[in-house]
Amino acid sequence: MDSVKHLRFDVAVVGAGPAGIAAALAAADSGKSIGLIDDNPAAGGQIWRGAQTEPRPSAKSVWFDRLNKSAIQIVRGARVFHAANGELAAECDDSAVQITYGRLIVATGARELFLPFPGWTLPNVMGAGGLQALLKSGLDIAGKRVVIAGTGPLLLAVAAYARKCGAKVVGICEQTTWPRMVRFGMKMLLAPGKAPEALRFAYDLRGIPHWTDCWPVAAFGNRRVEIVRISRQGQTSEIECDYLACGFHLIPNVELPRMCGCRLQQGFVEVDECQQTSVAGTYCAGEPTGIGGLELALVEGEIAGYAATNWEDRAKHLFAKRARHQKVVGILKDAFPLRSELKNLARPDTLVCRCEDVPHERLCEHSSWRAAKLHARCGMGPCQGRVCAPAAEFLFGWEIDSVRPPVFPVRCSSLAAIPSHTAAPRN
Amino acid sequence: MSESVSVRVNGKAVTVRAGATVAVAVLASGAACRTSVSGQPRSPLCGMGTCFECRVAINGEPQRRSCQVLCESNMEIEAYG
Repeated sequence: MDSVKHLRFDVAVVGAGPAGIAAALAAADSGKSIGLIDDNPAAGGQIWRGAQTEPRPSAKSVWFDRLNKSAIQIVRGARVFHAANGELAAECDDSAVQITYGRLIVATGARELFLPFPGWTLPNVMGAGGLQALLKSGLDIAGKRVVIAGTGPLLLAVAAYARKCGAKVVGICEQTTWPRMVRFGMKMLLAPGKAPEALRFAYDLRGIPHWTDCWPVAAFGNRRVEIVRISRQGQTSEIECDYLACGFHLIPNVELPRMCGCRLQQGFVEVDECQQTSVAGTYCAGEPTGIGGLELALVEGEIAGYAATNWEDRAKHLFAKRARHQKVVGILKDAFPLRSELKNLARPDTLVCRCEDVPHERLCEHSSWRAAKLHARCGMGPCQGRVCAPAAEFLFGWEIDSVRPPVFPVRCSSLAAIPSHTAAPRN
Repeated sequence: MSESVSVRVNGKAVTVRAGATVAVAVLASGAACRTSVSGQPRSPLCGMGTCFECRVAINGEPQRRSCQVLCESNMEIEAYG
């Protein structure tokens, strides 16, 4: 039987990426007890994954220095699987954790949207951010041929990172059009704080083919990807590669705020000017409120942290800064809408649900996500639809609205450890 | 100087840099992480703990997400790919 730990914080922050770190540090200024809870082995989220071990001083190391010197209690490797009645239940490797809090700040970040195409389940076909995460986690890619495909600025960041790690980046396939890409580049050069980043990417990516109107059609290989077939401005061609990294922009992780009863609008958590959600005392910062990148996540986090500790003056002081960075949300949204051709990549036998191996043809028979779940087992595996539900939403236009605890698969002993008043459904 | 860690993947010794995840060790070994319900080999997709494609057994405990676990010296990793 696993042990149960009980933790109590004045402010509990879930997610230790930039937004969560900024929120926790701002909240800690009040002298109150702050807990920073994260699923990963170390704080940093995705963008700062592995950053703590980087030697040179950088903007991010300033945040980590502050975090390490603070009194914030970091709870690592803890998956929050349930939230109700002002309490969270989480599971660590060797114990269940029950967390009670005065205020809650949700900073659960985003994941990638994956779209099914023939061969996308082959080993070494992975997310664009997925490849970057694995590189930051120690994957040796020196000399390997990499094709990066999908949409959005993340592709550029991943290409630059992979090249720095010694990979031969064969090409970047961007589904959006060249005019949109150019407009995006111009707007980013004018956006606050983004010009140096944009110029650095341009320099880091020199010589790497960057194709627009281009997307993967199929991947082939014996036990791992060897060839990717791409469509480029209407022509198909085949490229040999060792890795195919595909990401079709980011989608917010809203399972926890949904479970808390927070109202969503067009898939994102609705917040007021103090980052407070529709649930009093529950705040949200970073990508779950809108995909806007690092700087916006940091300032939203700080506002949430100050607001959650009744320091409205300090929060208000940051509103103008937030407004400046919010412009990026619109720029990203306008530049990278997914084109309808991507809905036709999956063949009848192409798997959409990778946990339960449900092919596209089994989903076509149904008219809703719920029906597909009940009849085809789509989204019923361990990832709980985190991969296939957003894909199904794009492919079929289904509304994905249900979330039920536990929002991660957990041990029976962790479920048994939740007190009945926490386990009770929210009214 | 960077330190390294040695683990075993399906009995085969694999050395990775200190701080590397189990997923990285499995990829380095050449094995797939798991076999899907219809018999396909699978390896990490998301790299960040959401897709569950990287599940392996670690020191006898099955169904661990290898991208969320750091390698420790002499870990026994069983991949089902």
